[in-house]
Amino acid sequence: MTDPLTPPKKKDPLVRTRAGHVPPGLRSRAAKAMAVRAGQGQFVLQTCNTTGQTTYPPRDRSPFTWDELTWQEQPRGAVIEAVTTIDATVDPFFREHLPWRVGSARLDAGPMAIVHLHGDVKQGDRVRMEIKLDRGGNPALFAMPEKETPNMADDPQLRVFTADPKLRRVLVTDGRGPVGQAVAQALLKAGAKTVYLGNADTLMRYPGQDRIEAIEGIEPVALNLTDTSSTQELAAQLGGKVEIVVNTAQFTRQSGVGFGGKLSDLQTGLETEVSGLMRLAQAFAPAMSGRSDDGVNSAAAFVDVASIHGLTGKSGFSGAAAAAAARLSLISGLRGEMAHTGIRVMSVLTGAIDDEWHQNVPPPKTAPVQIAKAVVEVLQKGQETICAGDVAKDILSRWQADPLLTIREENQ
Amino acid sequence: MTQSVLVDLAAALASGQVRVVDLTNTLSPEFPVIVLPPEFGQCAPFRMEKVSRYDDNGPAWYWNNISMNEHTGTHFDAPAHWVTGKDLPSNTVDAIPAQDFMAPAVVIDISVESAADADFVVTRAFLENWEKENGTIPPGHWIALRTDWYKRVGTPEYLNLLEDGAHSPGPDASAVEFMVHDRNCVGLAVETVGTDAGQGFHFNPPLPAHSILHGNGRFGLQCLTNLDKLPTFGAIIVACPLKIEGGSGSPLRVVALIEGEGA
Repeated sequence: MTDPLTPPKKKDPLVRTRAGHVPPGLRSRAAKAMAVRAGQGQFVLQTCNTTGQTTYPPRDRSPFTWDELTWQEQPRGAVIEAVTTIDATVDPFFREHLPWRVGSARLDAGPMAIVHLHGDVKQGDRVRMEIKLDRGGNPALFAMPEKETPNMADDPQLRVFTADPKLRRVLVTDGRGPVGQAVAQALLKAGAKTVYLGNADTLMRYPGQDRIEAIEGIEPVALNLTDTSSTQELAAQLGGKVEIVVNTAQFTRQSGVGFGGKLSDLQTGLETEVSGLMRLAQAFAPAMSGRSDDGVNSAAAFVDVASIHGLTGKSGFSGAAAAAAARLSLISGLRGEMAHTGIRVMSVLTGAIDDEWHQNVPPPKTAPVQIAKAVVEVLQKGQETICAGDVAKDILSRWQADPLLTIREENQ
Repeated sequence: MTQSVLVDLAAALASGQVRVVDLTNTLSPEFPVIVLPPEFGQCAPFRMEKVSRYDDNGPAWYWNNISMNEHTGTHFDAPAHWVTGKDLPSNTVDAIPAQDFMAPAVVIDISVESAADADFVVTRAFLENWEKENGTIPPGHWIALRTDWYKRVGTPEYLNLLEDGAHSPGPDASAVEFMVHDRNCVGLAVETVGTDAGQGFHFNPPLPAHSILHGNGRFGLQCLTNLDKLPTFGAIIVACPLKIEGGSGSPLRVVALIEGEGA
């Protein structure tokens, strides 16, 4: 049984914050391919194209036949055959987390593997395997109890592989809209200690303001992502105590490219979503990076909520899709930078949101509560990418199968 | 003769006999801009991005890129700003004769009425009554409405935008017709975010200040400050908009010359 997390004490100002190391990072291209799939929550291993046998760890060619390998979803079951505890290591990251339990697991998929263990897993147990990303973004097999155990998510070893909002302080950048409000409430429900809720114009009321700002745990803050000074001022106040940033800022207007597009809308969209994302990252990433191993409430994740149409473009919403595309590109760059610091960078992809700016889009649309649920899930699982709702899931699966066809489908 | 006037002016400025009052609010990201229904294009607020500040992007110099709408902060409205003035000659800021950028002002104090009623409406009758007590508004003047509204900057009560629209004082059509046709004003100068009352959209015609002023080639000055520092008569307003090609208006530094105590 896992001890429940207890709120961290106030920090001793004479004690140096633990530096945020990351596990060893050098990986093969095959391991990176595994990371990409793990980042989407998949449980995949390679199978030999000739024999169909499954192999682990990731390789460039089949160890059985030298044929090519294909990534395939695998059964998640396994049996833990041996368990050991590491008490000493020269690795700077694991030194800070000793003792560390690992074991050998016979995967239902076939191979034996050295795996990280949840604290409730013992030798001989049937377990549920997951591929987690470590703080450097590399894939690692992690054995979870087969059935839910008390306080299971609070296991210290598991928490290293997630960005669970429990007991963490979160900045939600745009609280003026339904998405930010839904996200804030879901995070509090998931155990976040505080949600700092951004308000781009504190002199201007917004729908639901009284209700949302009255909720215990919500702290309204002034934050306008189109304004560098506003973003920097907030980071100066909160940078050292925000553990998760969730960027919910969006500016969506219907627009074409050659027909019916308004450049002033495009400019505002790019300022809000693209320049805004860079302002947010530049303001908050440095301070967060210094706290990635700062105990129970270590800084953990930077989450960006963007339209899935950033992958495909979208007729009728070309400007918004262009902003989303730029946003996804910046997020990829930020993920690479932050991998060295131990802070996870995550994307929540949405379909057309069921809001005032998509009135002309027929259902199905993505409800704000679906986005909120996805934000919590991506943090709790420590993934890199998650789709909020079926619309985004459908587009992502079509895009993964045939990108150019999906681009065509979404635009003509 | 001209030289003599300017020499006298220079001496008066140097001695403090003529003082310069700044009527301009500071351009900052926080300064409010007019808010339209969301489906319309919006007025971009002031924004500033550092290019360099004695750093790797420019080791010995400090400068910023700035962006804003033509109607952000303390700003000038040219006749072309409104559809009624679209076909007038010299209706954009680059084409307006520079001579028009300096003019005397008459200051009409409606601060008490505005404090009592945010929707206070200036009518022709009000202006005629005001003239009986203060004297006739001379031609060729800016007509400045002192509301003390500038003291609300930084609070929600500046735009005062409620669910039924904005609430701030301004003129009705009869007053603007009187200012333009009977008193031949240069323009209307206000401390509020627009020359029209907050509820001006519901007037007949809608937004009469914009409609009538600009339709007759007159100007607007908005988001002014310190009108309470000016005398009723005798101030000269200097308001030079940026020379933006085809511009409908411009943020600007507005100052007033007033006669002071002197040395």
